[in-house]
Amino acid sequence: MTASSLKSRGSWTNALFVAPYLFVYLCLLIYPLIAGMGLSLFKADLFGGGTFVGFENFARLFRDEVFLQSVANTFYFVALTVPPLTVLPLFLALLLNRTTRVAAFFRGVFFSSSVLSVTIVTLVWRMILMSEGGLASNITALFGAEAIAFLSDPKIVMISMAIITVWWCLGLPMMLYLSALQQVPKDIYEAAELDNASWWRTLWSITLPSVSRTIILVAIFECVLQFQLFGQPQLITQGGPNGASRPIVLFIFEIGFRRWDVGYAAAASQILFAIILIATLVQYFVTTRRSRSEALAQPKVRGNA
Amino acid sequence: MTASDNKRLRDVALLATLVVLGFIMLVPLMWTVLLSLKSNSDLLQSTANAFHGPYTVENYAAITKSSGVFRWLMNSVIVSGLQTIGVLVLASLAGYGFARLEFPYRDQIFLLVLFGLAIPEQAVIITRHQLFTGLHLHNSYPGLILPGLAAPFGVFLMTQYFKAIPKELDEAAILDNASRFKIFWKVLLPLTIPAQATLGIFTFLGSWNDYWWPLISATRADMFTLTVGLSASQINFAQTSGLGYLMTQAVFAAVPILIVYIIFQKYIVRAVAGAAIR
Repeated sequence: MTASSLKSRGSWTNALFVAPYLFVYLCLLIYPLIAGMGLSLFKADLFGGGTFVGFENFARLFRDEVFLQSVANTFYFVALTVPPLTVLPLFLALLLNRTTRVAAFFRGVFFSSSVLSVTIVTLVWRMILMSEGGLASNITALFGAEAIAFLSDPKIVMISMAIITVWWCLGLPMMLYLSALQQVPKDIYEAAELDNASWWRTLWSITLPSVSRTIILVAIFECVLQFQLFGQPQLITQGGPNGASRPIVLFIFEIGFRRWDVGYAAAASQILFAIILIATLVQYFVTTRRSRSEALAQPKVRGNA
Repeated sequence: MTASDNKRLRDVALLATLVVLGFIMLVPLMWTVLLSLKSNSDLLQSTANAFHGPYTVENYAAITKSSGVFRWLMNSVIVSGLQTIGVLVLASLAGYGFARLEFPYRDQIFLLVLFGLAIPEQAVIITRHQLFTGLHLHNSYPGLILPGLAAPFGVFLMTQYFKAIPKELDEAAILDNASRFKIFWKVLLPLTIPAQATLGIFTFLGSWNDYWWPLISATRADMFTLTVGLSASQINFAQTSGLGYLMTQAVFAAVPILIVYIIFQKYIVRAVAGAAIR
């Protein structure tokens, strides 16, 4: 009996458990990825028939000012959103890291925007930022000031997108910080209190060092996420004015599904893939280093508790 | 004495900060609700009218008469529900397989699946769209549901979870001559319920709020999900049937997921914390 179960251990029939997922994965993720790499070497339209052009699509991308602008916009947007999305949720988590009902209520408030879809978020924020009749313009009118062109000034529009995004996305990193803060052993704080350490001192020498890895993780995670910006500008400004709010994904969408220049859009997708892949690899190495050091730290934490 | 005074002062300052920040956080939502309660002609005059009465529920009455939104709501429920079930089934089976069973090239295959975590949906969209065109799957429920089943996050999560369960449990069952599937179904699966809850909540929220794939795949209004249906009204913003009505649609679309959120809040918090610790 044991012998037969040993023999069956390495058999192909065991793979039946992973086969259903693997089939879906290969068909719907790996095949489109590889086919997309192939397609990026063709000049092709909606109706299939393409001619092989080698790396011409990529050469064209690097001459295409609309594409280069969208790459610059995307990096600008990431630079605008990642720092506040790393720091502000940490600040909130520090305020809310207690077990009172008030804290639970406010955790709910700050996370509530995260469960809304991008279409609701943009609809809500359009009503705030639009220059005619938006809440912001109503407020500036109270002071007799002129309305700020949040959505139509090319210098401001990306900042507006960043404000919307920070409001929408701060809930998840806040929760990640809260769960990291709860793992800091309590007796360190008790010891600090006995030593009469100030609140500020405790923050700098105990709290922040113990969540430093989570800070790095949140920053990278947000980079990966915000590189994929699409819905906010697509729904509010359609990338305007003058392309000032068009990110890479909107470029791919327009070329692929409005102009049906699919080979060219596939080439742009490869650039996006390369950027995200690099960010994910960085995240992977940070995470594995994290779990290794956590495994080392684990017994110590248990011993304290 | 001074120490406790200090502490009270700090608590008051803390509460004040939270009230101010919380208010800023909620202002956009309150403004939306206010606008939805005003008549469209009032708002056409000036949106500042929303600061005072008269308020009306005529937009909410109007929305019940337009069938579109209810159809989209139903589509969203069907797509998110079935996608969640599908992900749980596939990820549990695969997680058990990768964590517990041996078969040729297992570790290499698992690495291949891990690699999928780095593939953004946007990078495969062109060829995936072509594939679904070829299979005539656009504007259908399978067409909307299937792509979500390919995401590797669930498999990764479940594999980690199965690995954490002590091996003695299945070894005892093997001695009882139970089949592989029986061990999976009767012994191990019930132990993974916390992980199923985490994965289920994430999948449902993600699917409910997905905009990218339904926007591309569902081009017929009767196959829109709530997210895409609402975007269609928004893009025709200039010819909209009125600001108040549009805001009522937003409130209507937000309410189901906010109710889900309030009911499952405790589990969502735990899910995020669990995913962080993994």
